[in-house]
Amino acid sequence: MANMRRFGVFAAVAASSALLLAACSSSGDDKNNNSATNGGNGSQDDAVTITWWHNATADPGLAFWQTVADEFEALHPNVTVKVEAIQNEDLQRTRIPVALQSGEAPDLFQQWGGGEMVAQVADGYLKDLTGLVDDDVARLGGSVAPWQVDGKTYGLPYQFGPEGIWYRPSLFEQAGITGTPATLSDLSADVQKLKDAGIEPIAVGAADGWPAAHWWYNFALQSCPTDVMQSANSSLDFSDACWTTAGEKLQEFINTQPFNTGFAATSAQQGATSSAGLVANGNAAMELMGQWNMSVMTGLVDDVDGLLADLSWFPFPSIDGAKGDPTAMLGGGDGFSCSAGAPDACVDLLKYITSDDVLSRFAAEVGGIPSAPAAQSAVADPTLKTIADFMGKSNYLQLWLDTSYGPTVGGAMNDAIIQLFAGNAAPADIPAAMTAAAAQQ
Amino acid sequence: MTVNREASGGETGLAGGAQAPSAGPDATRAEAVKSHKSRHWGEITLFTGPALVIFATFVILPVILAGYVSFFHWDGGGDLGKFVGLENYRDVLHDSVFLKSMRNNAFIVVMSLVIQGPLALGVALLMNRKLRFRAAFRTMIFVPYVVSEVIAGAMWRLILDQRGILNSALLQLGIFDKPADAIGWLSDTKIVMWTLMFVLTWKYVGLAIILFLAGLQGVPDEVLEAAAIDGASWWQVQRRITIPLLGPTIRVWMFLSIIGSIQLFDMARLLTNNGAPFDTTYTMAMFVIDRAVRMRQYGYATAAAVVLFVISLVAALLFMRFVMRRDNETEGGAV
Repeated sequence: MANMRRFGVFAAVAASSALLLAACSSSGDDKNNNSATNGGNGSQDDAVTITWWHNATADPGLAFWQTVADEFEALHPNVTVKVEAIQNEDLQRTRIPVALQSGEAPDLFQQWGGGEMVAQVADGYLKDLTGLVDDDVARLGGSVAPWQVDGKTYGLPYQFGPEGIWYRPSLFEQAGITGTPATLSDLSADVQKLKDAGIEPIAVGAADGWPAAHWWYNFALQSCPTDVMQSANSSLDFSDACWTTAGEKLQEFINTQPFNTGFAATSAQQGATSSAGLVANGNAAMELMGQWNMSVMTGLVDDVDGLLADLSWFPFPSIDGAKGDPTAMLGGGDGFSCSAGAPDACVDLLKYITSDDVLSRFAAEVGGIPSAPAAQSAVADPTLKTIADFMGKSNYLQLWLDTSYGPTVGGAMNDAIIQLFAGNAAPADIPAAMTAAAAQQ
Repeated sequence: MTVNREASGGETGLAGGAQAPSAGPDATRAEAVKSHKSRHWGEITLFTGPALVIFATFVILPVILAGYVSFFHWDGGGDLGKFVGLENYRDVLHDSVFLKSMRNNAFIVVMSLVIQGPLALGVALLMNRKLRFRAAFRTMIFVPYVVSEVIAGAMWRLILDQRGILNSALLQLGIFDKPADAIGWLSDTKIVMWTLMFVLTWKYVGLAIILFLAGLQGVPDEVLEAAAIDGASWWQVQRRITIPLLGPTIRVWMFLSIIGSIQLFDMARLLTNNGAPFDTTYTMAMFVIDRAVRMRQYGYATAAAVVLFVISLVAALLFMRFVMRRDNETEGGAV
C-alpha cells in the first residue's frame, strides 16, 4: 500500500509541476503584452508604445512590416512600435478575441472585415476612425466597404483581391491542355486530361475546412442571381433554390474525383504536403485560392524564380445555364483596426501603412494587390496584373461568404460543405444548416 | 492520535499555568487546549490556505462560471446576451457532431485500455527481470511520454502524411508505384482511427510501463521466494502472485487512462488537423474549442464543456466506487 501512496505523490507532483509550468509560461506572455499595451492618449511628445499584431509570419511580409514600423518610428521619434507576427488562424480565432475580451487588446491588429468586425463594433472594441481617415477612405475607394459598418469606418485594408484558380502551365502542357477553362465543363475536361497524364489535377486543403468551402462559395456565386447574393449578406436568408443548386453542381463535380489523393487530411498552407505546397512543388496542377497564395507558395519552395516563371492564374469558370453573373468574383482583403483604447498614434500608423507610397512598395516587394488604386501600377508580377485586370472587369465582387456571414453562420456553412465533400450530406443540407445557425445567433 | 495531542497540550498548559495563578488547573487546561487548537487551525490555514485560494479561484470558480455561461447565447464578446435556460444542453445532446465525437472518445477509452494495458504489463514483467541496459530501456520507453504533446503530434503528422516520410520510404522500397497509391494513414476514414490509436499507444504506453514497474517493486520477495520453493513456474508466479498484487497499480493506471482518453485534445488535434478527415477523429474537447473559438458560440460550447465535465466526473466516481473501492478500503484499514 505504501507504493500506492508513492504513485499518488508521484502523480500529484507530476501533475502540479506540469500545471505550474503551463501557468508560468502563459503568465510570462501576458506580462509582455501588458507592458506593451499601455494605451493612453498622451500628447505628441510623450513616449508612446504601439503594439501591432499582423499575420505575416514569413518573409517577405514579415520583414516588410518591420521595415514599415521602423520607418514610422523614425518619422515619430516619441513612438515605439512593437510588432508581433502571429499565425493567421491563431491570430483570428484565439489571440485577438481573447485580447479584446480581456481588455488588453493590441493597439493595431489584423482585421478581416465583414460579420466578425460587425460583432466587434457592437461590443465596443474598435476605435471609430470616421472623420480621422476620410481622405484615405476616398483614396482607397470601394475596397474599404467591408471595413465599414453603417457608414462608419473601423479599419482600412492594405490589400484586396479576388480568388481564382492558380495553376502550373508546364503541367497543363504536359497533359496536352491549351488555354485555360472558361466554363465548368471545360474544367472537368481538363481534370480528366490531367488524370490521364498521371498528374493530380486539383489540390484542396480540406482538413482546414474553408479551402474546400470556397469551392461551394464559387458554385453558389455562379448559381445565384446577384441580387440574391447581395441581399443574403445582411438578411441571412438562404431560402432561394439556387443555394441547393450550388451544392448539386458541386456534388457532380466532386464525384469526378478532381482533388488530390488524401485531400481530406491535407492542410492549406503548412509545408510541402499542404495544398499550396503540392502546387508549388509541381505535385498537383491547380488550386483555388485568394491572391495571397503567391506569397504562401514562394515560402514553400527553394527555387522561387523557377516557381514564378511557371505559375499562372485564371478566374473561376462560369457554369453553363446558371443564374449567376459569369463575371462575378469572390474576394476579400486584409486590413488593420485600432482597438478602442489605442493612442492617436495608432491611427497615424494605420494611415502610414495604407499610404500610396508604402502600398506601392508592398505590391513590389511582398506581392499582392494593394487596396490603393494608385499603388496598383506598382504590381510587377504578370500573374497579379492579370488578377487585377479581371477584378477591374468584374460586375460584382462578393466578400468571402464565411467572413460576410460571421463566425456562427460561416462556421456552420463550412462544416456542412465539408460533409458534402465527405459524401455524408445532401446539397440541401447546406442552406438548412446556415438557416439554423442564423436562427441561433 | 487525538489522545496524544491532548496529553501534550495538557503539559504545555501546566507549564504556562504560572502566568494565570488564580485559575484552577481545569480551566488552565481547557485554555491550553483551546490555544493549542487555535494554533492547530492556524497551521492548517497557513499551509492549506494559499493552495485552497488558488484552487478555488482557478478551478472551482471557473467551473461555476462555466455552468452559468452555459445558460446564455453568448458570442464571446461584450455582455452574455440572451438567457436561454437549458436550450444549449438540449441542442448539444442532439448535435450529431457532438454525439459522433462522444462515440470517438468512447472508442479511444476502450481501445487505450485494451491495447496499452496488456502491452505495458508484458513489457513491465519482462523488464522486471535482471536485464542488461535495463536503465537505458526504461529511459527509452519513457521518452515519448516526456516529449511535448504538440511536438509528438507534429512529428507524427510529418511521418504519416500522404506524402510523408513513411509513405516516401515505402515508395522508395517499391511497395507503391506513385504517391497517389500510397496508404492514407491520416486521410483514409477507415484507417485514421487506428493510426491515432497507434500514436496514442506510442505516446502513453511508457507511463503505464513505468507505473507497473514501480508497482512490481512492491511485490514482496518473500512471497516470490516461497512460490519458487513450492516449485511454481515463472508463468505461475506472474499469474497467481505478481499480477494480483499489481492490481491497485493497474487500477490507478486505468483510472488515469480513462480520464485522459475522455479529455484527449492537443496531440490528436495536431496529428489529424482538428479531427480530419471529415470529423472522423473529432473528440469532445475539439468540439468545445471549435464551437467557441472558431464559431464564437461560447454559450453552446460551454454547455458541451459542462457535459464533458459531467461525463468525466461520473466516469471517475463510478470507477472509484466500483473498481477502486477495495484499494481505498484496504488503505483506510491499514492506517
